[in-house]
Amino acid sequence: MPPASGFDSGATSGSRASFPAVPGPLALGRRRRLFWLTVAFGTLLLAIAASLAVGSAPLPLTTVWAALTRPDGSLDHLTVLDLRVPRTALAVLVGAALGLSGALIQALTRNPLADPGILGVNAGAGFAIVLGVALFGVTRIQQYLWLGFAGAVIAALVVYVIAARGPGGANPIRLTLVGVALSAVLSGASSTLALIDPQTFDRMRYWGAGSIADRPDGTIAAILPFIAAGLLLGLACARPLNALALGDDMARAVGARITFTRAAGMVAVTLLCGAATAAAGPIGFIGLMVPHAVRWLTGPDQRWVLPFSLILAPVLLLVADVIGRLVVWPAELQVGVVTALIGAPVLIALVRRAKAAAP
Amino acid sequence: MTGTFTVRIGRLSRRVHTRALIVAVLLLLAATACVAASLMLGSRSLTLTEVLTALGPDARGPNRLVVVEWRAPRALAAGLFGACLGISGAIFQSLTRNPLGSPDIIGLNTGAYTGVVFVITVGGTGFLAYAAGAMIGGLGAAALVYLLAFRGGVRGFRLIIVGIAVSAMLTSVNTWFSVKADLGEALRAAVWGAGSLNAIQWPPVILASIVAGLLALALPVAGRRMRQLELGDETAVTHGVPVERSKILLSAVGVGFTALVTAAAGPIAFVALAAPQIARRLSGRPGSADLVGSALVGSVLLGGADLIAQHAVPDTPLPVGAVTVLLGGAYLVWLLLHEQRRR
Repeated sequence: MPPASGFDSGATSGSRASFPAVPGPLALGRRRRLFWLTVAFGTLLLAIAASLAVGSAPLPLTTVWAALTRPDGSLDHLTVLDLRVPRTALAVLVGAALGLSGALIQALTRNPLADPGILGVNAGAGFAIVLGVALFGVTRIQQYLWLGFAGAVIAALVVYVIAARGPGGANPIRLTLVGVALSAVLSGASSTLALIDPQTFDRMRYWGAGSIADRPDGTIAAILPFIAAGLLLGLACARPLNALALGDDMARAVGARITFTRAAGMVAVTLLCGAATAAAGPIGFIGLMVPHAVRWLTGPDQRWVLPFSLILAPVLLLVADVIGRLVVWPAELQVGVVTALIGAPVLIALVRRAKAAAP
Repeated sequence: MTGTFTVRIGRLSRRVHTRALIVAVLLLLAATACVAASLMLGSRSLTLTEVLTALGPDARGPNRLVVVEWRAPRALAAGLFGACLGISGAIFQSLTRNPLGSPDIIGLNTGAYTGVVFVITVGGTGFLAYAAGAMIGGLGAAALVYLLAFRGGVRGFRLIIVGIAVSAMLTSVNTWFSVKADLGEALRAAVWGAGSLNAIQWPPVILASIVAGLLALALPVAGRRMRQLELGDETAVTHGVPVERSKILLSAVGVGFTALVTAAAGPIAFVALAAPQIARRLSGRPGSADLVGSALVGSVLLGGADLIAQHAVPDTPLPVGAVTVLLGGAYLVWLLLHEQRRR
């Protein structure tokens, strides 16, 4: 039987074909990885500063600093404190959640094409909200949050239960297929409901674009506990995930607890991606692509992939959000639209360079 | 391995898996039943005899109009397009060795959607304008992906990453349109984007059949190359298979099959993804790609979905693509749920 997951680009076949062995020329040593992790963190701070300063009313950093340290109730200070701080904090949370859950899901399913939505999280959230809008007339965005989160969690749970019932337990291929199949059912139901009723369609097209602007008060407080728990659980999975990459048999032989690790990883992905999607709508690309770019830098070691993804994903989301505020100034573009538009060219440039340097 | 027998005709011989053969025959019957049902059902319900009479050489009257002019192109399109998508999916999943592989990963359908969005934006209407927009957008995106991924040869992995990146950018453009456009235009694009056979007529079906027939000429070779490549690139090379050329041939055939469906009916989702997986599980050989089985499953899937799309909600024809994902997804879940400990 051919290896059914992972791409075999000729030189990378064999038992560890889960991820193509691209990193060669770009992969860094331990000390340089630490250096780059620091650089990444610095970039994150810069992006946060930019997100606080830039907008329909551009503010100098001194004003931002004054607003944070000695708020005087002026319009500028209120803009920073009431609008930009929550928005920036949400971007950091959502970005970190998507980046880490993306890295986790690719490791869990051993599939570089997997994104966190693959467990049915996005489709579940979307379906729950469509149901709420179409059948129960939900209109307040606060209600979207909990509907979306409930839908995401239930969908992921169903995927895991179905996948785990089969021969060999919830192995990567079954997880992927069940997730894709269930997502399809849910999104098919959603789009049927939306296409029958133009009003529902009208509401869903805005939710579907993904945005972190104008979220209701309390959004951050609502998702923070879930994301914090997901981050801790996810980071704790790094070492066992390294073992899992060897394949189930090898992993068992080196003493990894496969079922436990997989279940823990699934819980982390569900918490992270579910909370992020509930708060911001489905934001694609970040969870799929940031871990990819990171692996070129770090190689396949999850102890580096996870923290790098955790830091760089919010950078991408923040930069996208800031650019979204600038391109059609003083109006804004949804961050979900901008993310791919700026992330994809970077990725293409990276993949062309990575291969050019390879033998 | 048991469960096989060998057919010999003169010097040609071929091993046939009994179960796969039975499954294929049953699927063929199911596909025929879908076509028949599609010809019979509707606001003017006909019996099978009436349908056959209407199809006869000297039929006259309203039945002939209903059956031959209105229902037949749609019924045939559902069967044919389903088969095309099934084949395309089987090829790409085998080529990428990934159950998520599909022509979509090189931006085909997303580009087609962008093309149609452009047509709608500049005020174009009608089947031909949409088809042209879809064709130019889809093939343009695919060409762009190849161009960007080309650097002294196109490697599979880089192609996929570039494909995902370009698709993501086009998706952003499409989302942007959906949010910015007025509700009517956004809805029109969304209905097209779901894939629909509601307005299909004879000319596109005939044209698509001709293209599909030409592409099908490459299938015997393609099927053999697929099985050889599945052994791994190195093994295939040692068996004398021209690996790179085979991959280009397979991609071209797979892209062709999907492109013709998308141009005629919009991007009908999920058939390409689900059909090969369902076919593998039905034939009891989950390890190997199967062009015939995938084509038949795709045909039944789209045919059945289109029946539901036409008749499920009275007076509101649904886009078949919405039903396909529901039906195909539910069936795939069920199959996975009941997968036996085999092999």
